[in-house]
Amino acid sequence: MKEYFPFFRNYRKALILAPTLVIIDVFCEIVQPKLMSKIVDLGVSQKNMSYVLHTGGIMVALSLLAIAANVGNIYYSSHASVGFAAELRKGMFNKIQKLSVSNIESLSSASLVTRLTNDVNILQEVIMMSLRLMIRAPLMLLFAVVIAININAGLASIIAIAIPVLAVIIYYILRRGLPFFEKVQRKLDKVNATIQENLVNVRVVKSFVREDFEKKKFGFSNNELREISVKASGTVVLILPVMQLVMNISIVAIVWFGGNKIISGTFQVGQLMSFITYITQILMSLMMLSMTLMTLARAAASSERILEVLNAKVDIFDSPSAIEKNLTVKLGKVEFENVFFKYHSDGSEYVLKNISFTILPGETVALIGATGSAKTTLVQLIPRLYEVSKGRVLIDGTDVRDYTMQNLRKNVKLVLQQNELFSGTIKQNLKWGNPEASEEEIVTAAKDSQAHDFIQSFPKQYETVLGQSGVNISGGQKQRLCIARAILRKPSILILDDSTSAVDTTTEAKIRESFNGHLKDTTKIIIAQRISSILSADKIILLDNGEIIGTGTHTELMINNPVYQEIYNSQLLQKENEL
Amino acid sequence: MTNPTTSSGKLTLSGLPGRRARIAVEKPKNSKQVIFRLWKYLIREKSLLFFIVILLLINTGATLAGSYLLRPIINNYILPHNTPGLIRMILLLLSIYIVGSLAAIWQNRMMISVAQKTVSIIRSDLFSKLQTLPLKFFDSNNHGDLMSRFTNDVDNVSDSLNTSILQLFTSTITLTGIFTLMVYISPMLTVVTLFIVPFMLLVASRIIKKSKSFFTSQQVSLGIVNGYAEEMIRGQKVVKLFCYEEIVSADFEKINYELRNKATKAQYYSGVMMPVIQNLNTINFALTATVGGLLAIFRGLDLGGLAAFLQYSKQFGRPVNEISSQYNTLQSALAGAERIFQIMDEIPEIPDIPAAVSLTDVKGDVSFNSVTFGYDAGKVILNNISFGAKAGQKIALVGSTGAGKTTIINLLPRFYDIQSGQITIDGLEIQKIQRISLRRSMAMVLQDTHLFTASVMENIRYGRLEATDNEVIDASTLAGAHSFIQRLPKGYQTILRNDGDNLSQGQRQLLNIARATVAKPPILILDEATSSIDTRTEQIIQKGMDQLMQGRTSFVIAHRLSTVRNADEILVLENGEIVERGSHEVLLKQKGHYYQLYAGQFD
Repeated sequence: MKEYFPFFRNYRKALILAPTLVIIDVFCEIVQPKLMSKIVDLGVSQKNMSYVLHTGGIMVALSLLAIAANVGNIYYSSHASVGFAAELRKGMFNKIQKLSVSNIESLSSASLVTRLTNDVNILQEVIMMSLRLMIRAPLMLLFAVVIAININAGLASIIAIAIPVLAVIIYYILRRGLPFFEKVQRKLDKVNATIQENLVNVRVVKSFVREDFEKKKFGFSNNELREISVKASGTVVLILPVMQLVMNISIVAIVWFGGNKIISGTFQVGQLMSFITYITQILMSLMMLSMTLMTLARAAASSERILEVLNAKVDIFDSPSAIEKNLTVKLGKVEFENVFFKYHSDGSEYVLKNISFTILPGETVALIGATGSAKTTLVQLIPRLYEVSKGRVLIDGTDVRDYTMQNLRKNVKLVLQQNELFSGTIKQNLKWGNPEASEEEIVTAAKDSQAHDFIQSFPKQYETVLGQSGVNISGGQKQRLCIARAILRKPSILILDDSTSAVDTTTEAKIRESFNGHLKDTTKIIIAQRISSILSADKIILLDNGEIIGTGTHTELMINNPVYQEIYNSQLLQKENEL
Repeated sequence: MTNPTTSSGKLTLSGLPGRRARIAVEKPKNSKQVIFRLWKYLIREKSLLFFIVILLLINTGATLAGSYLLRPIINNYILPHNTPGLIRMILLLLSIYIVGSLAAIWQNRMMISVAQKTVSIIRSDLFSKLQTLPLKFFDSNNHGDLMSRFTNDVDNVSDSLNTSILQLFTSTITLTGIFTLMVYISPMLTVVTLFIVPFMLLVASRIIKKSKSFFTSQQVSLGIVNGYAEEMIRGQKVVKLFCYEEIVSADFEKINYELRNKATKAQYYSGVMMPVIQNLNTINFALTATVGGLLAIFRGLDLGGLAAFLQYSKQFGRPVNEISSQYNTLQSALAGAERIFQIMDEIPEIPDIPAAVSLTDVKGDVSFNSVTFGYDAGKVILNNISFGAKAGQKIALVGSTGAGKTTIINLLPRFYDIQSGQITIDGLEIQKIQRISLRRSMAMVLQDTHLFTASVMENIRYGRLEATDNEVIDASTLAGAHSFIQRLPKGYQTILRNDGDNLSQGQRQLLNIARATVAKPPILILDEATSSIDTRTEQIIQKGMDQLMQGRTSFVIAHRLSTVRNADEILVLENGEIVERGSHEVLLKQKGHYYQLYAGQFD
């Protein structure tokens, strides 16, 4: 709970005023039947017109006061609840920005968005409700009981029976019904997942003519959902009529006992009328109370999911000594010293095993290896997207953990395999590389990555708006933009993770050429499939299943590494024969 | 949430947890038609609906009668001190209430069963419809939007079927009943109520109008926040690599506060209605008590009558509140239903012509004759494409991105229909072949590799449902997927989740190839099927692939020219036209486009 306190900070006034106003509202509301009974018992029976008018006037005035109180309550509670939600979202979002990649992966990025929106919304509703009903219902209950006892303690004993009966019934129905709702949610998720899969897989379904198969699959989970929904709602829906029944039986009891008291002259008609009103008030409040508690119970799940984010332990952060030293990357020397890595600390096998190598400043080094040989994993350790499990990654002789992440990543640019562009213009996207970049610098970077020409061919050129994740440009164009973005501020180390796979070979060669010019001093690490992309590398590192099985130049590897020869042959052999 | 202030009478479901008050954001465009179509779904349960209405009338009648009985009880038995009569009346009251409650229980249960059945039929109809829609539909509609129709819109309809319709009906009957009895007890006192009710309705409609417009802008704002968060969380690696955390947070803060401002207003207006209406009803109660008191003094209104009347006036606020809020829920449900029906009205894939034949023993002769095609009528993507593939041949399509390679192979299974020209299989025009049998004659390995939430085994078996485990394993072996599958935690029984997100792109491609392999089709289509597989692995699976293509007509799109080298014919596409064709050797000698593409890969 206390994790939430800071998010209420700006709404303290509202937090106090809203409940206070509820108290006023409850007071105005609760005395109405009592006043009404006085009109009947004192005013009507004594034919006292001015008493009737006077009391009626008080009742109307109290109602008007209640309106004011209610409007105020809703005003303050909506400010407090929505404001809290906004602060909480901000807090969560900032926290997410601090989380490491593996943090985010373990929380699942799709679920993070749900937590940020749906779960926060649920808490918002709960707070809105708490600031009104959570206070109103118990107060109503309490006041109504006091007044009922005050009117007639004997009759009030009916309440003493009705309340526990109702409480027990509600408890049992909820205990039976609530678990169903969780199941409903699970089945619903399953149904939705099937739909989602069918949307993305539409070509597969159609090409294998599996429409009927999918319908059957869907029909099955849809039916399961229906059955469990009927059970869930069917149980909980009992609450209302059963509650109605208990209430009505209490009323009958009151009419019977109250009627007898009136007959024996110890009770009055007006009192009977108000007593009926109070007992319904009491039972209704009890009902509301149980409902709000139930909502709270369900919101607990959301709260848990939110707290998981807020309390997540950030596993990659700047160490105090790194901040103090404030080192920057200058030369671009990269060393791996007996590096081991696995994604989950409880994972059984290391993804990278005993990796050691040195790359000198300005060198071009190629990483090759089969699918799943952990090339991508390896390069992601350099800008510290993930933390080594054992061993050290050094840049310019200093452990990457001894740089602040900002200083490290400013000069180590990694172009990812599955790269992301963001909605916005091309220029805005490129500026990620350097928010202060001038027009000229942007154009130069675009030219170097062979993106300038196609950008110019768009009607709006650099101001062209890209859809979410750049959907309206081709894969090759996207890759070139990502490269331009990365080289906008000349990095000391540039890592290209299969970043030109969708670029045709001629263009790729041009990009390489411009690198040799403008990025001569930059250390370049290239992951590639095509042997042509790496022929000219100063060094080639050959990975297999997380281990280095060969290092050297193309010529060296051709002489002493059979696996490399195989790769080479798979691409070149026939070509040489034919040309 | 409903206000707990009420008198004996109906309770509503709107107080249930998880059933958040939904305020209509939009109106259906054609309510009448939508209601009619929903009605057609409901009416399938005719007899149940009939019972529900009967039970509802019993329940509402019992509630009204119970309150009314107070009058004779007070006037005729309590005031005249008639105890035996009182006993009789008490028993009567008790039985009325019990009957009413039983009716309510049955009515609710029946309605839930009807509602859930209806919703499940709607959902399943919608899904079945989706399966019939052409690819064009999926290309031009946002997946998020389609999902939201399945979830939010169906939920809205479900909620309103569960509660709103019944509630609206009950409230209307209750209101009419109360009003009639009020007039019956005291027409003069009814005037007081008549004075306050229009005022309540006016206030309600004012507030609803405001809250609707604020809700709309809140939804828009929420959408922006949602979209931004999603984009940035998905792109978190890039955010980190470019040290953009602070800039992103600052941007988020801006849209977040925008949302706060809109949401506060929306919450305020939606929250304030119920209590204010309730308070106005309390004023009504106060005025009724006062005027009633005066009438009792001067016009001899009986005390029992006054008691019953006051009961009614206390009950009055609830149905008014219910009607105005349920009306809203209903509106948004109708808007949701309308969106659902929109999909149901989409034009499905053009049905097979009556004379369409079923392919048997496909040889695999494929030919394109002067085919012209564009996704949009005005924009030609493929221009005058002609080529032929004899049974068992391997045809390769090469060319730069956007040249139209994928488009060509999309035409073969009739994912899209051509505008002019002719595509034939074994000499038969594909429009004259039953679509099912056409598609069964080919297997495709697509560029984007999606998998289903199921075991590896089931994912591969998707290619041919009756394939045995051994056949699946053989296919995987042929496709070069067997060895990595065996290394998965549970081998072939490993469940893939989230589109197989724990597999590498290359591994997913291998599974896709295995899936096509197990299908054993006469025609095989591979669209960049090995683009993410390293060349050495590719070399290893090449033998399997060759074996697979043996005796099958195959179409191969590949960036990597080593993959296409041994094709019987290579088509070089540029801007939707075939610019070169021939075997690898012939094309190299021509020193044209192909030569340049090829040379570029090995310079």
